[in-house]
Amino acid sequence: MNPPETLNGNAVIRIENVRKVYNTGEVELRALDGVNLDVRRGEFVAMMGPSGSGKSTLMNILGALDHPSDGRYFLEDEDVGEMEQEDLADLRNRRIGFIFQSFNLLQRMTALQNVTLPMLYRVENRVGHATREEIAIAALESVGLGDRLYHRPNQLSGGQQQRVAIARALVNRPSLMLADEPTGNLDSKSSEEIMGILQNLNRQGVTIVMVTHEADIAKHARRVVCMRDGKIVSDGRAGAQNCLERKR
Amino acid sequence: MNIFEAMGLAWEALIQNKLRSFLTTLGVIIGVAAVILMIAISAGAEAVIAEQINALGANLVIVTATRGTPGRPPSLVYDDALAISKEVKGLTGVAAEQTVASQVIKWGTVNFETALLGTTPDFAKVRETPLETGRFFTQTDLDRKNKVIILGSKVAKDLFGETNPVDQEVLLGTTRLTVIGVLKPKGKVADTDYDDRVYIPLTVVYQRYLTQAMQLNRVRTIYAQVENKETMDSTLAQIKALLARQHAVPLDKPDFVVQTQQDIIQTQQATTETFRTLLAWVAAVSLLVGGIGIMNIMLVSVTERTREIGVRVSIGARPIDVRMQFLMEAIILSLFGGIVGVTGGVGGAWLFNETGAMRTEIVPWSLALAFASSALVGVFFGFFPANKAANLDPIEALRHE
Ligand SMILES: Nc1ncnc2c1ncn2[C@@H]1O[C@H](COP(=O)(O)OP(=O)(O)OP(=O)(O)O)[C@@H](O)[C@H]1O
Ligand SMILES: [Mg+2]
Repeated sequence: MNPPETLNGNAVIRIENVRKVYNTGEVELRALDGVNLDVRRGEFVAMMGPSGSGKSTLMNILGALDHPSDGRYFLEDEDVGEMEQEDLADLRNRRIGFIFQSFNLLQRMTALQNVTLPMLYRVENRVGHATREEIAIAALESVGLGDRLYHRPNQLSGGQQQRVAIARALVNRPSLMLADEPTGNLDSKSSEEIMGILQNLNRQGVTIVMVTHEADIAKHARRVVCMRDGKIVSDGRAGAQNCLERKR
Repeated sequence: MNIFEAMGLAWEALIQNKLRSFLTTLGVIIGVAAVILMIAISAGAEAVIAEQINALGANLVIVTATRGTPGRPPSLVYDDALAISKEVKGLTGVAAEQTVASQVIKWGTVNFETALLGTTPDFAKVRETPLETGRFFTQTDLDRKNKVIILGSKVAKDLFGETNPVDQEVLLGTTRLTVIGVLKPKGKVADTDYDDRVYIPLTVVYQRYLTQAMQLNRVRTIYAQVENKETMDSTLAQIKALLARQHAVPLDKPDFVVQTQQDIIQTQQATTETFRTLLAWVAAVSLLVGGIGIMNIMLVSVTERTREIGVRVSIGARPIDVRMQFLMEAIILSLFGGIVGVTGGVGGAWLFNETGAMRTEIVPWSLALAFASSALVGVFFGFFPANKAANLDPIEALRHE
C-alpha cells in the first residue's frame, strides 16, 4: 500500500489511528485508543503521561516489537504493518535502536559481547569478527566505557549498564532511537549522563522518542507528547509542565 | 548470522552449564554405545558359530541320539557307525565318538587332568584334525583294543615339553597307554579347547573307562563325511532309513537326530537372529530415550532463556537465527554424545573381548551408523524446542521473568 500523499518526506514516523486492544476476560482493555502522531527527522520527542496511559504499548509498536490491533504505522514512508518477519527483524536490527528501562543486557556476556551482538544479526553489509569488535569498542568508548569492555552486566552500575545498552542500540547506526524510561532505574547523576549521551546523538541527527515520568528529563526534549487513557491529549512545546498539570 | 556464528553462540551457552550439558547428553552416550556394543556382540557371536562349524569339518552329516528311555539300551551304538560305513553309499568316512569323564594323565612326575574322547580311525579325516607327528589309530588298533593314545597339542606340550612324545608311555587314569601321535594345534572354539584333550580307541574306552554295562557300545555322536555335496539329501535319507531299521523304530518317530552342518548353522543363526533383534531394539529405544532427554532439557532451556530470546529478537535476531542457535545446541549435544558414545562402545567391546567376558567384534560401519543416528537425533529432537524459541512473541518474551 502506498503511503498517503500528505506524508511529509521528512517524517520518520507516522502513525494513523492506531489502536491496541487487550481482551482480558470480560473487559476489553483499550491500551491505545486511536493515536495519531508524526515525528520528523532529527526531532527529540519526550512522551509523558500517567502510569497505564499506553506509553510503553505505543513505544513497542514503534519499535516493531508489537503490532497494533488497528491503524497504520509508516516508518520512513514504509508501511510496517505490511512487512514480513525478516524485514521486521532487519528494521529492529539496523534502523531502530531500542533502550529499555531494565537495560535488557545478556547477563552471561561481557559488555563487549553484548554490544557486538546486533552486528552478528546483521544481514546486509556484514563485517567480520575483528571489525565487529573494533566497532563495538568504539561505541563503548563513545559512551565512556572504554575501560569496562570485559565486565559483565552484574559487575557494572545501573548507569553503566544503560550506557552499554545505548552503545548496543547505536552500533548499527540506526536513524531512530526509542527509549522507554531510560533513566527510570537510575539516580539523578547517572540520569544526567544518559541524557547527555542521548542529546549528543540527537545533535548528530538521530531522531529520538523517549518516555519519561520526570519533568527534569523531559526538558531535554524540544517536544513533549502527553498521553492519557490511550490517547494523545497534548502535543507540542507547551512541555512537561502542561502534561503534569493535566495529570492532576 | 552464519552457521559458524550460530555454533559459537550454541557452544557458549552449553559451556555455561557444563554439568547439565553432560547429563543431557548422557542418554545419547548410552544409546550410541549400546548400538556399537550390540553390533559387536552379535558379530562376535556369529564369528564363534562360524568357527564352531568350521571346526567340525566339511560336508558332514551328524547323527546324535535323542535321550534314551531309562532301562532301555542306548539308542546310538558303535554298531550303527559300522553299519552306516558298510551300507551307505557315497561316504568318504564315518567316525563315532564317545566322551567320558576327564582323567588324570601322567608322564614321569608331570600330571594333570584332561578331557578324554574315544573315537574311530576316520575321525582325523572327517573332523579335520591333522597330525603334527606320529599316526592316528587304525582299525587294527580298535579291533585289538591296543592301548594307544593321541595327544592334543597343549597336552603334549604340557606333559613332555621339548621331549618327543611318540612311543612314550603315559598313565591315563589307571591304564598305561603308548603315545602314537600328536595333533596340530586347532585352538579354542567357544568352550571347547581342541588342544586340551586326548583321543583313544573307542573300544579301549569301553574296556577301561566305562563301568556301567548299559553304556558299553554306546556312542554320543556319529560323523559321516559325504563325498559330494549334491548327494547330501539322499545320503541323509539313506542314513535315516538304515538307523530306523537298525533300531526297529518307525521313521517318523526316530530315537536319533540326523543333521547336516547347514541345519546346525540355521538353528544357531536363528538364535543369534533373535538375540540381535532384541539388542537392536534395546539400542534403538535407548537412543530414542536419549533424544527425548535432549528435547526435554532443550525445552526447559528455552523457557529459562525466554527473556534472552526476547532481547535477541529486540536487537534484530530473525526467527531463523534463534532457531539455528537452539538447533545447534541440540546438535552439538548429540554429536558430543555420539563421540563419547562411540569411544565408550568401542572401549566396552574391546574390554569384553579382552577380559574374555564375551566374544565381540567391532564392526566399522556400526560406528558410522551410531554416529549418524546421534546427529539425526539432535536435529530431530532439537527441532521442536528450536521452533518454539523461534516463534516466541518478542514482547511476551521480554516481559518473561
Ligand atoms: N499484555 C497485556 N495484556 C493486558 N493488558 C495489558 C498488556 N500490556 C499492557 N496492558 C495494559 O495496557 C495499558 C497500558 O499499558 P502500558 O504499559 O502501555 O502503560 P504505560 O503508559 O507504559 O505505564 P507506565 O508508565 O506504568 O509504564 C495498561 O492498562 C496495561 O495494564
Ligand atoms: Mg511503561
